Amino acid sequence: MIESVGLTKRYGATLAVDDLSFSVRSGTVTGFLGPNGAGKSTTMRMILGLDRPTAGEVRIGGKLYRELTHPLRTVGALLDAKWVHPNRSARSQLRWMARTNRLPEARVDEVLDIVGLTAVARQRAGTYSLGMSQRLGIAGALLGDPEVLLFDEPVNGLDPEGIHWIRRFMQQLAREGRTVFVSSHLLSEMALTATDLVVIGRGRLISQGPTAEFADSASGAVVQVRGPHLGELADVLRQAGLAVVDVPAEAALHVSGSSTEHVGEIAAANGLVLHELSRRGSSLEEAFMEITKQDVEYVTGATA
Amino acid sequence: MNLLAAERIKLFSTRSPWWCTAVAIALVVGGMALLAASAPADIGPIPTWVTSQFLQFGMVVVMVMATVSVTTEYRFSTIRTTFQAVPNRTAALLAKTAVVGIVATIAGLVSAFGGWAMMALLRPDPALALTTDAQWRAIAGAGPAFLVAAVLAVAVGILVRQTAGAVALLLVWTLLVENLIRVIPDVGPLIYQWLPFTNIMNFLAGGSADVEEEVGVMALTPWASLAYVAALAGGLLVVAIVTANRRDA
Ligand SMILES: Nc1ncnc2c1ncn2[C@@H]1O[C@H](COP(=O)(O)OP(=O)(O)OP(=O)(O)O)[C@@H](O)[C@H]1O
Ligand SMILES: [Mg+2]
Repeated sequence: MIESVGLTKRYGATLAVDDLSFSVRSGTVTGFLGPNGAGKSTTMRMILGLDRPTAGEVRIGGKLYRELTHPLRTVGALLDAKWVHPNRSARSQLRWMARTNRLPEARVDEVLDIVGLTAVARQRAGTYSLGMSQRLGIAGALLGDPEVLLFDEPVNGLDPEGIHWIRRFMQQLAREGRTVFVSSHLLSEMALTATDLVVIGRGRLISQGPTAEFADSASGAVVQVRGPHLGELADVLRQAGLAVVDVPAEAALHVSGSSTEHVGEIAAANGLVLHELSRRGSSLEEAFMEITKQDVEYVTGATA
Repeated sequence: MNLLAAERIKLFSTRSPWWCTAVAIALVVGGMALLAASAPADIGPIPTWVTSQFLQFGMVVVMVMATVSVTTEYRFSTIRTTFQAVPNRTAALLAKTAVVGIVATIAGLVSAFGGWAMMALLRPDPALALTTDAQWRAIAGAGPAFLVAAVLAVAVGILVRQTAGAVALLLVWTLLVENLIRVIPDVGPLIYQWLPFTNIMNFLAGGSADVEEEVGVMALTPWASLAYVAALAGGLLVVAIVTANRRDA
């Protein structure tokens, strides 16, 4: 449904998005994960044709965004709840949006009702709380009854009640068979709602696939080793074909894609003393941090 | 049509355009009323140079309204929502220009005829009547004059994107720069003939002895001045729209 090919965006010296290719399947909730500054918002702006890609392109149902007639009927988006004039009422904001895409005025009242803003629809948007602004943004996204919905960090800054509301809302959209592409930097949040994940770091694709697979491959895959001869140990493990990351903060090595048995045997075969050999039974969140951290480390290592 | 309606809703669903338009009209009408009140009973015919000065004040306020209608969209990023709803940026920006232009034209006509009616009310001199072409131009000409000024202001807003910058540029240019260029020795008189607001003034009041005394003899006739400024405004709008199409929103 959404197909990105070699998408690249450069702002001066910053490479915000770097040769990013991914696809979002129709009728799924796909999480778009990455740490701060990974390029999630930039990618979403490019999907909507707001920022021009430096290279590559992204298509929605085979079309570039600018080729869509009445795009609000195909793609609804909430990138930032603050993108409203503070002196304009929610109703006026939705009314002008509806007119541009030839949507009936009755639809404005419908979406106001769906998000529960009917009572305050004539108040200036500047008086709204963050949660109410978020609801207004969602009303705007739903206006054209679109098949595809984009949300950029919709739960950011919301209180637990607001988070709960958004989460339920997203699940409902999925049940209705819509394609939802939602960004977050919280894997645990995505694990609740997303069936698929696109994970990026530093503008590049880290992984793409079903959420369960990502969680499995990520969690528990790290073996932590400590000992007096870490340098030599790292060498022999690498010679054995394992991916080894040095974690100086913990004076340890993290070995991924292996088991404690295997690492212990390699150490014994080389006569190396170990002080710790353990499986990191990490939570989803830790696993995610681990993976994106590796990417960051790799990048700084490469540029140094 | 739908784009025009959308832009109309956008413009009039906040208060400041209403205020700006009202202030512009009040400035012109009030100014002309004062002028009439302080004039002798046999005021006529219309002192076109003086009325064009009052119209210029109103025009500057309408230009502020026009440019701010664009820059607030950038300020609050509603321009992104606009381009998201209407990816054809040229169409979206032309619709905005049209709506702002219509409002400016109406403001120009209402203020000029309102001011003239005010003068006639306070000093019922038959000589005030609109008889000659020059008199009609001085009053009804406010419509097209405000229109081209508003188009220029919209184009500046699209290019500058920041309220403070765009407003400062317009105010300093209309109220200061053009007058300063006029008094530069030697080259001044050559350049100022081609400045936009000098030409708008020439359109409103050109041909009268007052104007020739104030600004010197213009190269263009009043109607040629209007056509020239319209071409300038159109050209700047094209540049602005091309730029907006190239830039990130
Ligand atoms: N308009 C811009 N001009 C210059 N640099 C930009 C611009 N927009 C984004 N960047 C830079 O591009 C990189 C990616 O930013 P982006 O906002 O897309 O990240 P993000 O994944 O959305 O982060 P966050 O989780 O903080 O929202 C950052 O380094 C940012 O500073
Ligand atoms: Mg972001």
